[in-house]
Amino acid sequence: MKKTMYEKIWDSHLVVDEPGQAPLLYVDRHLMHEVTSPQAFEGLRVANRKVRNPHSILATMDHCVPTKDRDRPIADPIARKQIETMAENCRENGLNLYDMKNPNNGVIHIVVPEHGFVHPGMVVVCGDSHTATHGAFGALAFGIGTSEVEHVMATQVLPQQKSKTMLVRVDGELSKFSSAKDIALAIIGEIGTAGGTGYVIEYAGGAVNALSIEGRMTLCNMAIEAGARAGLVAPDYKTYQYLKGREYVPSGNDWDKALAYWKTLSSDEEAQFDRVVTLDAAEIAPQVTWGTSPEQVVAVNGRVPAPEEFDDEIKRQACKSALAYMGLTSNSKITDIPIDLIFLGSCTNGRIEDFRIAAEVTKGKNVAKGVTAIAVPGSYHVKEQAEKEGLDKIFIGAGWEWRDPGCSMCLAMNGDELTVGQRSASTSNRNFEGRQGKGGRTHLVSPAMAAAAAVAGHFVDIRNL
Amino acid sequence: MEPYKKHESIAALMNRSNVDTDQIIAKQFLKKVERSGFGIHLFHDWRYNADGTDNLDFELNKPAFKGARILVVGDNFGCGSSREHAPWALADYGFNAIISTSYADIFFNNCFKNSILPLTVSKSQLDALMEEVSVNEGVRFVIDLENQQITTPAGNGFQFEIDSFRKENLLKGLDDIGLTLKHIDKIDQFEKENQQNFPWLWA
Ligand code: SF4
Repeated sequence: MKKTMYEKIWDSHLVVDEPGQAPLLYVDRHLMHEVTSPQAFEGLRVANRKVRNPHSILATMDHCVPTKDRDRPIADPIARKQIETMAENCRENGLNLYDMKNPNNGVIHIVVPEHGFVHPGMVVVCGDSHTATHGAFGALAFGIGTSEVEHVMATQVLPQQKSKTMLVRVDGELSKFSSAKDIALAIIGEIGTAGGTGYVIEYAGGAVNALSIEGRMTLCNMAIEAGARAGLVAPDYKTYQYLKGREYVPSGNDWDKALAYWKTLSSDEEAQFDRVVTLDAAEIAPQVTWGTSPEQVVAVNGRVPAPEEFDDEIKRQACKSALAYMGLTSNSKITDIPIDLIFLGSCTNGRIEDFRIAAEVTKGKNVAKGVTAIAVPGSYHVKEQAEKEGLDKIFIGAGWEWRDPGCSMCLAMNGDELTVGQRSASTSNRNFEGRQGKGGRTHLVSPAMAAAAAVAGHFVDIRNL
Repeated sequence: MEPYKKHESIAALMNRSNVDTDQIIAKQFLKKVERSGFGIHLFHDWRYNADGTDNLDFELNKPAFKGARILVVGDNFGCGSSREHAPWALADYGFNAIISTSYADIFFNNCFKNSILPLTVSKSQLDALMEEVSVNEGVRFVIDLENQQITTPAGNGFQFEIDSFRKENLLKGLDDIGLTLKHIDKIDQFEKENQQNFPWLWA
């Protein structure tokens, strides 16, 4: 039988598949951060269970950590306790933790690939929905709840329902002004935030193959925003090149064996998908979200829609309430929307490539008056590399703040946040009400679009710069 | 977990779709290391005014919905973040059943770990239930998991679908981990083969 990549990975990880019960899927890698794990460790302790396979786990601290004045104690006592609990849990169970002061520290989905911890064909979980990021390597990677975190720690398997498969083909060539982020947003605009529910998406086509590994991570990262369980890209020479020589990647004979295996993983040519969606990359303009759901998105040269434009009653209502929350008027031009704050970072767009692109747009210009612009590298390694290339000087010189790594304003748990009514252009992944601070208004964009908005003080069509 | 029993409860109505887990439980409440005490923070930004008083315009603050255990809500409930704090908050508030046309995957799974029954119904079934609650606020529905039956005073009840494995676990209040550990031999065996095939993952 012809199989998709998802089916190959699924089949090779089935430990138990018996009628009358959920199949048990083996988990190779378990990623962890401080917010969704403490109750799982507590559960283990109460039940007197142990972590079955400590070396399958890599942990970091990212959600609550401050992005400046790291040497001072965390001001918020509850956050401090969460951080201390994480350190204690990892110590007690012998887990590898990149704590706040560790040179490897950063956002979980940024640091894990940096160390080559995820390989093609693996099953990877994390108590975090953006685990989908690692699908960029051809690994089946998905987010789980805290009870499941406990389950995986105790058993190394997870009861799972098999997903349906969706192929998203993006053919043609992407304009140099558009990026993986724009592809991701355009797909969500096309299928909606529930369009992928029940599916694992495989991204394919010329425009996907042409993306760097960083770009593929951005694309897969937002599979969850389309409702999908996971996103996948078939591994190719770029994947192998990226992995080679990294800490957790085999070398010598083992590398050859691993490589031979990885090459068997792509979907068979005639494999059947349950749904196929196609997009033309050439038509994907830089995208800007206008509402409070990632599907409420338009091209930068577009306008804020009016509720009447939607056929569906629910979408009409959603448009109305989003416009009220966002303080926008129907039919106004996207490029007329003024911005108060720029956030460059997150597991979606916090990699070195993102900072290079944003720096290129910023070079020789200044942040507009009254605009705050914050650059938060995804990890210390990204920060270091950027500094080596002198990107920090470009940002700081233009009036940006140059911070330490963390999730920061992607979810605003660490004190970096919007105030009521403040409007941001953000390279993160969610524009939900209050996501970046109560009453804050978020527009999701690519790094280039964010950097250009910082200079202009409003959105600009970067194709005309 | 407690076995899931048949119950008759007030059904509260939230006619909103795409309610995300950031709305269900906002990030400022995710810093706790315990599983309990999230109920008072449920739907915080909608539920409370800036000064901390109840926002009387918010659905769940209606007196008729006080003590509700069933939540009737629009499509794609629980989308976004994987935070299990969302079902913890719902359960702690008192909900043990949700009725909608669809849920986000991770949220759906998380519900079952917390004795919340997320019922997936058709658009027309949901519309009828929403209509019934809105014309008769405070109405009580009966949820009978054993017989997969929901009953309402106006006769909008029906049989619902649910995965038989999940149903059994809820009814018996079974611990998932305990169930899985019954297969420990197979897990051992799988790992042994895995070590042979991919020794570098075990070095
Ligand atoms: S950067 Fe944002 S989306 Fe990514 S792990 Fe952190 S909070 Fe989650």
